[in-house]
Amino acid sequence: MNVLLDNLSLYGDGLLGTVELTVYASVLALVLGFVMAAFRVAPVRSLRAFGTAWVTVLRNTPLTLLFFAVVLGLPRFGVVLPFKLFAIIALGCYTSAFICEAMRSGINTVPVGQGEAARSLGMTFPQTLGDVVLPQAFRSVIPPIGSTLIALAKNSAIAGSFSVVELLGVYKPLNEMGYSIIWTFVWIAVGYLLVTLTISAVFNLLEKHFGVAR
Amino acid sequence: MTTALYDIPGPRTRRRHLFYGLAASAVIIALVAWIIFLLFDTGQFVAVKWNPFTYEGIQELLLRGLGNTLKAFAYAAVLSLALGAVLATGRLSEHRALRWVSTLVVEFFRAMPVLVMIFFVYVALKVEPLPALVTGLTLYNGSVLAEVFRSGVNSVERGQREAAYSLGMRKTQVMTHVLVPQGVRAMLPAIISQLVVALKDTSLGFLITYDEFLHAGKLIASNLNYGLPFIPVVMVISPIYIGLCMLLSWFANWVSKRQKRNPKVEAVEVAAAEPGPLLPGGHQPPTA
Amino acid sequence: MHVHSPRHHFPRHSPRRLPRHFTRLRRALAAVALTALALTAAACGREGSPPVKGPEGSELPRYPVAENFRLPDSPTWAKAKKRGHLIVGAKEDQPYMGEKDPASGLYTGFDIEIAKMMSAALGFPPKTIEFKTIASANRETALQNGQIDLYVGTYTINDKRKKLVGFAGPYYMAGQSLLVRADENDIKGPEDLAGKRVCSAAGSTPYQRIQTDYPRATLIAYDTYSVCVDNLLAYQVDAVTTDDAILAGYAAKVPDELKVVGKPFSEEPYGIGVPHNDNALRFALDDALVADEKNGDWKKAYDATLGLSGVPAPKPPPVDRYPAS
Repeated sequence: MNVLLDNLSLYGDGLLGTVELTVYASVLALVLGFVMAAFRVAPVRSLRAFGTAWVTVLRNTPLTLLFFAVVLGLPRFGVVLPFKLFAIIALGCYTSAFICEAMRSGINTVPVGQGEAARSLGMTFPQTLGDVVLPQAFRSVIPPIGSTLIALAKNSAIAGSFSVVELLGVYKPLNEMGYSIIWTFVWIAVGYLLVTLTISAVFNLLEKHFGVAR
Repeated sequence: MTTALYDIPGPRTRRRHLFYGLAASAVIIALVAWIIFLLFDTGQFVAVKWNPFTYEGIQELLLRGLGNTLKAFAYAAVLSLALGAVLATGRLSEHRALRWVSTLVVEFFRAMPVLVMIFFVYVALKVEPLPALVTGLTLYNGSVLAEVFRSGVNSVERGQREAAYSLGMRKTQVMTHVLVPQGVRAMLPAIISQLVVALKDTSLGFLITYDEFLHAGKLIASNLNYGLPFIPVVMVISPIYIGLCMLLSWFANWVSKRQKRNPKVEAVEVAAAEPGPLLPGGHQPPTA
Repeated sequence: MHVHSPRHHFPRHSPRRLPRHFTRLRRALAAVALTALALTAAACGREGSPPVKGPEGSELPRYPVAENFRLPDSPTWAKAKKRGHLIVGAKEDQPYMGEKDPASGLYTGFDIEIAKMMSAALGFPPKTIEFKTIASANRETALQNGQIDLYVGTYTINDKRKKLVGFAGPYYMAGQSLLVRADENDIKGPEDLAGKRVCSAAGSTPYQRIQTDYPRATLIAYDTYSVCVDNLLAYQVDAVTTDDAILAGYAAKVPDELKVVGKPFSEEPYGIGVPHNDNALRFALDDALVADEKNGDWKKAYDATLGLSGVPAPKPPPVDRYPAS
């Protein structure tokens, strides 16, 4: 009795669901995280405060609570969306706080002298940012962002308990069909390893390509 | 601010920043006002939805839930620290087999979602919710803590170890008297941050019918007698839950700041409350 | 995060600034104490439970406890006997079926009465039952891992579930129906759902039935029925669909605002879940159900709970004593 081969499409759907959640939520998290990081280094105090509040609150929010609030709370405001979208919003917002911190500490690793030197050469602000600071920040930011996105992929398992098709949820129908639970879970584990190892391979490549030895 | 992005602003820039600041504040205030309007508009502040919270029975229900959350956290924290210590010992061992096994265990459990482990223990091993939750949390956080301990011990400078050996200490002595105390101290902030993760993840018990804080909230929220107060429940529960996590995070920060002033330890940056796993093959310290 | 490479330093005793050190510590302790205080302070309010809506039953029936009852062939019963009471899984958010009072922690409803009858028949005083809320998704798991002895909670018998758990009963025949606002006149049955927004629990059988049989309805899925009901009251959806027993309970709570319309358009036999292969227990419960239906306890229990919603007691469905597999 082979759980995997008999139910390839079920596992496939689950894996696809996890990958989709991960990809869309990653995009949202990266965008939001970038915006919040920009807020947090902005010269405007109210934006800094907003960014700080966003990061502090979300970093200390249990993800299940956030799911609970989004999936059960937003409908109260007449926001009726498919569960998958709710899950992407919850995962994306949550992860954006960690992305923001990774980016911000990346910008902070660039020595102040670099910016000063660039400006004293007569570079404009976009030039300073685009040609000098960001390229250096980008390099040191790759590994922490990689780990954050791996955490995101793992966290997407929670979505399964809120009516979204994803890998962990596959255990339910298989259990009903009477397959060995242990093997069911073994293949689920393999699926997650596949996803996390892929992300880490991609980021290792990125790091090799862009990273600098310090 | 110490970024490389700006010079010290001149008078014109300062005026421009003031304008931006006012505009941004206006937008943020408008956003908040809009949310508050929505809350009123959808009738979230009607008495019927808030009344239940004034009754002792409801408060006790919430407190019991909170108590169960803290109970799971306490078990998970103690057991994770123990497991972390054991696995770290394994990884620092001189026996290759032991090292190999511990590495495998640590890497595996860090690569798995906690929830998969919790469900595996709950569904496949047929265990009650609380032990299932605690087991899952312990396996994951213990593995992460093992890495924290290990890098803590490795962060103690080589001279210390060499000096201890040259005094004739055995490996166990070097470890227990010299390396571990300094390593743990250096890693204390990271350890506490990891405990914040454990505290946050106790909420996963909600998904396997453990009677914790969220579950108590949902019971109140889904009661038609109280006008289905979902939003009020979220408004009551979130500040408490988030506040607890913040308190612990803040404690980690405090310890870290205190250590920066303390010459006895090498200061370590405090990590984010959610450590991603190590990139396998990467060379990041554990709590990225 | 970066672990700073060790710089050279020699362990030395630094002049400690004790006072500052202590203020900080004291401030931390104060914060902790304040939180604790706030929590304890919170725990004083009005005594008792918040008021309850809807009709309330006068007196719940009592069920005589079977004396010297023995069922040695059932491992579940033997375990319960050793423990001294039954542990029953139930729902907590379905008015008049299985509802837990958040404040008192007491469970009430028709399912709960059935559980009490079964407990009495098995020789355990109904008062000693320990109820546990088990969500629909975890029912089979909870029975499999012995977290509960029985499950009584709008649990529809079907062949897929029979592979995982055993079913005594059915003790009630529910059917899918529609819940609408009291001022709604357009919807009288599932035929009228075209173009309407219909809410149900994601992935549930009622949801799938609307999807296949009435594809012109706009389906909206939520996690739980209480969210659906909330959206119905807020005019976000036009109807909620699931088993009539559950809907009738909601309607009875706020009869001015909600009503159940149309005839049931499916058959959902509710059974008592028992651990798989514990056939001795299953047959014992079947016997008990038949006896309770005969001596009138079943009807009394119905009238005291679900009957309050205004639907007179139906004839109980015949018990399906399917052979051990």
